[in-house]
Amino acid sequence: MATVDDLKFEEFDDAANLLAANPDATTISIDEPAEIPKNQHSRLQEPGREEDDELLGTDDSDKTELLAGQKKSAPFWTFEYYQTFFDVDTYQVLDRIKGSVFPVPGKNFVRLYIRSNPDLYGPFWICATLVFTIAVSGNLSNFFIHLGKPTYHYVPEFRKVSIAATTIFAYAWLVPLALWGFLMWRNSKVMNIVSYSFLEIVCVYGYSLFVYIPTAILWIIPEKVVRWVLVMFSLCISGSVLVMTFWPAVRDDNRRIALATVGAIVLLHALLSVGCLAYFFDAPEPDFPVPLIPIIPAHNGTTVVTKSH
Amino acid sequence: FAGLADVSISEDIPVEGEITVPVGSHSPDEDFSTLDEPVRDTIMRDLKAVGKKFVHVMYPKKSSTLLRDWDLWGPLVLCVSLALMLQGGSADSKDDGGPQFAEVFVIIWFGAVVITLNSKLLGGTISFFQSLCVLGYCVLPLTVAMLVCRLVLLAGSGTVSFVIRLVVVLAMFAWSTLASTAFLADSQPPSRKALVVYPIFLFYFVISWMILTFTPQ
Repeated sequence: MATVDDLKFEEFDDAANLLAANPDATTISIDEPAEIPKNQHSRLQEPGREEDDELLGTDDSDKTELLAGQKKSAPFWTFEYYQTFFDVDTYQVLDRIKGSVFPVPGKNFVRLYIRSNPDLYGPFWICATLVFTIAVSGNLSNFFIHLGKPTYHYVPEFRKVSIAATTIFAYAWLVPLALWGFLMWRNSKVMNIVSYSFLEIVCVYGYSLFVYIPTAILWIIPEKVVRWVLVMFSLCISGSVLVMTFWPAVRDDNRRIALATVGAIVLLHALLSVGCLAYFFDAPEPDFPVPLIPIIPAHNGTTVVTKSH
Repeated sequence: FAGLADVSISEDIPVEGEITVPVGSHSPDEDFSTLDEPVRDTIMRDLKAVGKKFVHVMYPKKSSTLLRDWDLWGPLVLCVSLALMLQGGSADSKDDGGPQFAEVFVIIWFGAVVITLNSKLLGGTISFFQSLCVLGYCVLPLTVAMLVCRLVLLAGSGTVSFVIRLVVVLAMFAWSTLASTAFLADSQPPSRKALVVYPIFLFYFVISWMILTFTPQ
């Protein structure tokens, strides 16, 4: 029979306090409903949510798999199949580019921007633009560096366009292929919560290369210090996009393998940018005036004129 | 039709038949007789069509003639002449010179195909060859720029000539891009227009770069 005291309304203290008073009580924790509506482009998530949820997006991973299956239903030999990879509007492409240039720490690029709608427009045209930007900027930079020299004859160096194209397209498509294969292999051994499709990986790599376009333009400035600062800066930005995307996918694996994978991703990215800088942009020459050594009369009467540059 | 003058049709019999209006001025008889026409007529007809399209490119306004009666003669002529004019500088150099003939050809045609595929994949309603036709014809201002550049380079290759060339190439580049955008952008849904226009911009930028950096040996 309940007494009056039992029926009185009690203020509930913090769960911690109650638990401290009665350590053996069974507890149920109910999370806040964490549905992220599929079509919202909101980037502001509640600050109270754990980093894990933001990175993994576990609540919508099931949905993304279902929706991914629904979208690509046309057989692969029809034109409509490939049209599903170009199902983006202008503002979506611009959003994704913005997300790759201003990475927010803790936000996963794929979960936030791609959201099971990977497109091939961005990666392809960003790579094409980057190819021509590097070739043109390299040519311009060499022109300005060698401008004053009398022996210099300007050449457009068109060969370098094909080399740049091969390098950048190979990087943007073969490295994601290798990474995807590796992740699939590890996935069969260790149950990862997060797995990415091949197109999503291509998408991340493609959009992460965007920051190199303004970097390549700024590399025209013939100062070694400026160039290396730009290399570091762009590597940080695009590297962080890649790391934040792929860390959740390998985190559950063996510690060493996870670190080695992420390290290899960053290393390849660094190699690409340093290699482009070294090959397409001549080193700016040190800026000392050309000394003219005056005519030295040799002791046997002949005059020797030397000039060094 | 004299025999039909006294035919009367009672009003409760439905009259049905077909009325076909021939499109354009070609009746079936004329098509068969183009085999017998003088060669000059055949050639002039195609030349006039090509010439009309050139005029349309130079004064771009929304006309469907360019789109409806596509042909690839004009783009071929423009491409070959542009590639030939870009040749004089690097005929003997081993490498690191300007683009070779094949490179210019491939860039123009492959670039046009890629842009057309891109616009179709994004949901455009224009047909493949129509788009190729427009992109090819809009290379005309840049071919004119190349001609002007070669003439200016004959006079000298100092800073003044460079400035003149730069201004001419920039103006023609803008003209090409605007002309082709005027024809192609309407076939896209409005939310994707910029996605279609940007590759066209890149395409003509690359061609302009090749023209501007042309240096005779």
